[in-house]
Amino acid sequence: MAAALSTFDLTKDYPIGFWRRRSCRALDRLTLDVDQGEVFGFLGPNGAGKTTTLKLLMRLVFPTGGRAEILGRPAGDLDVKRRIGYLPENPYFYDHLTAEELLVYFAGLFGYGAAERRKRASRLLDEVGIGGERRLQLRKFSKGMLQRVGIAQTLINDPELLILDEPMSGLDPLGRRDVRSVILSLRDRGCTVFFSSHVLSDAETLCSRVAILARGRLVACGRLTEILAFRARGWEMIVADAPETAIARIGSGARRVVRLGDGRYSLELPLDPPPARLLSEVAAAGAQVVSLNPIRETLEDYFVEQVAARQSGTPS
Amino acid sequence: MRPVLAIAVNVFRESVRDKVLYNLLLFAVVIMAGSYLIGQLTAGQDVKIIKDLGLAATQIFGLFIAIFIGIGLVSKEVERGSIDSVLAKPIERYHLILGKYLGLTLTLALNVAIMAAALYAVLTYVRWGIDPAIERAWDAPALDARLLQAVLLILVELLVVTAIALVFSTFSTPLLSAALTFALVVVGHFSGDLRNVQDVVKSSAAQWAARGVYWVVPNLAQFDVKAQVVHGQTVPAGYLALTIAYAALYVAMLIALASLVFSRRDFK
Repeated sequence: MAAALSTFDLTKDYPIGFWRRRSCRALDRLTLDVDQGEVFGFLGPNGAGKTTTLKLLMRLVFPTGGRAEILGRPAGDLDVKRRIGYLPENPYFYDHLTAEELLVYFAGLFGYGAAERRKRASRLLDEVGIGGERRLQLRKFSKGMLQRVGIAQTLINDPELLILDEPMSGLDPLGRRDVRSVILSLRDRGCTVFFSSHVLSDAETLCSRVAILARGRLVACGRLTEILAFRARGWEMIVADAPETAIARIGSGARRVVRLGDGRYSLELPLDPPPARLLSEVAAAGAQVVSLNPIRETLEDYFVEQVAARQSGTPS
Repeated sequence: MRPVLAIAVNVFRESVRDKVLYNLLLFAVVIMAGSYLIGQLTAGQDVKIIKDLGLAATQIFGLFIAIFIGIGLVSKEVERGSIDSVLAKPIERYHLILGKYLGLTLTLALNVAIMAAALYAVLTYVRWGIDPAIERAWDAPALDARLLQAVLLILVELLVVTAIALVFSTFSTPLLSAALTFALVVVGHFSGDLRNVQDVVKSSAAQWAARGVYWVVPNLAQFDVKAQVVHGQTVPAGYLALTIAYAALYVAMLIALASLVFSRRDFK
């Protein structure tokens, strides 16, 4: 499958200092491919270089080295810009405009005629759930509503590729759900979505592949199932009606015991002893097993591990 | 060209929704109306005083509008981050510069037209019921069309000042841009004196420096024909054309410079 987006040793140094200028490497030789039609998560902690990468792709900043291609053409090419949508992090739009005027203005930058501009603006504001507020000036909008307007403006040209910088930022749970559903419906229409986030659950829910960036370097890239070891790392057992003495015995090997109340306890146990023996021990103590689940590595665990390894300078 | 027009319309819309603009405009119109009262204190000079004050108010408040809106044209977009969404659209960076400049040009043209209309309104009121014999004694008729020559050159001067503010706006903060633009405007009005600096300064280094500044800084005194038109003298068409051509060349160079600076900037 052809790549929707590729970077080749993409590097960015920013000059710092006033009198004694020196450079700070924000992105270090990033090589990455995003396939057409996939939802790709670009993950990393704050300061990892995610926004710099996205700005390099949009030619808002110029690379120190390397290059980027979008839809088979150099990043920044006008033909490319006609086919993509971009949402900056914490977007700010013109206070003096209404949501409708903003979208009509942006549609004008794509060269659409007056009737087409209004039609697209109206349809997209409906799609992101901006109703009567569309005739209010944007200065009166909440952060969540601005984010919705931001999503709408990325779709004004029916893009083939969306580049979103922290699209869930500032949204309440309902807003996050709505943005997720917009992303998934775009994917179903064949649109490629490349988004940055430090909210790992979003990536787990949406992405077919992810890349993890730490301190400007790519530390992992691939399918979630390839990156994460989905083997069990232990057991989480919830028991009820257990006397304290039984809990002390069963929990002697536990990594963590949490009292849940009403005679219920949560025990985090190692892989050994095996589940069958655990169940028999609980039954012998006169307690009931409410649930027994394997503890698997999550993206969050992996993320923390990789970032910690990168920061300590040891490969993981 | 369509994106440039879209940007220009947006700048115009932003300007006309800006309260600062209305305050400045209102203040200018009030001063023009006030000039009628001042004119009453002078014997037979009221029309001249009104024209003087009216044209000066048009120029000074026009300069305020050009500087205070001009300095924020690009820097505000960068500071607030709206530039990211705009430059992600299929436009070249110089389109933004051209659109911004064109938008403020429209705003200034409208404001200067309103101030000129207010001046003519005050003059019409003064002329009302005046004996024609008295009117003939004036240097120039009250409703003198030659005033428009001065108004035209004020507008052209404002367009040069806007271009200067725009250049600073592409790489500097609004405060610094305002200070630098204001300084250039002041120097620009006295740049003619720099040409003759050798008459008063002996140091050859200082003479070279003054000459250098003279060639770089726009000669804004060229645009000032207020005194001539107030005294009823016609500004020759050749002078008007040459001054406008000088301004057009200067503006073109400034916009090219602004585009060059802007095209190389990183928007972190």
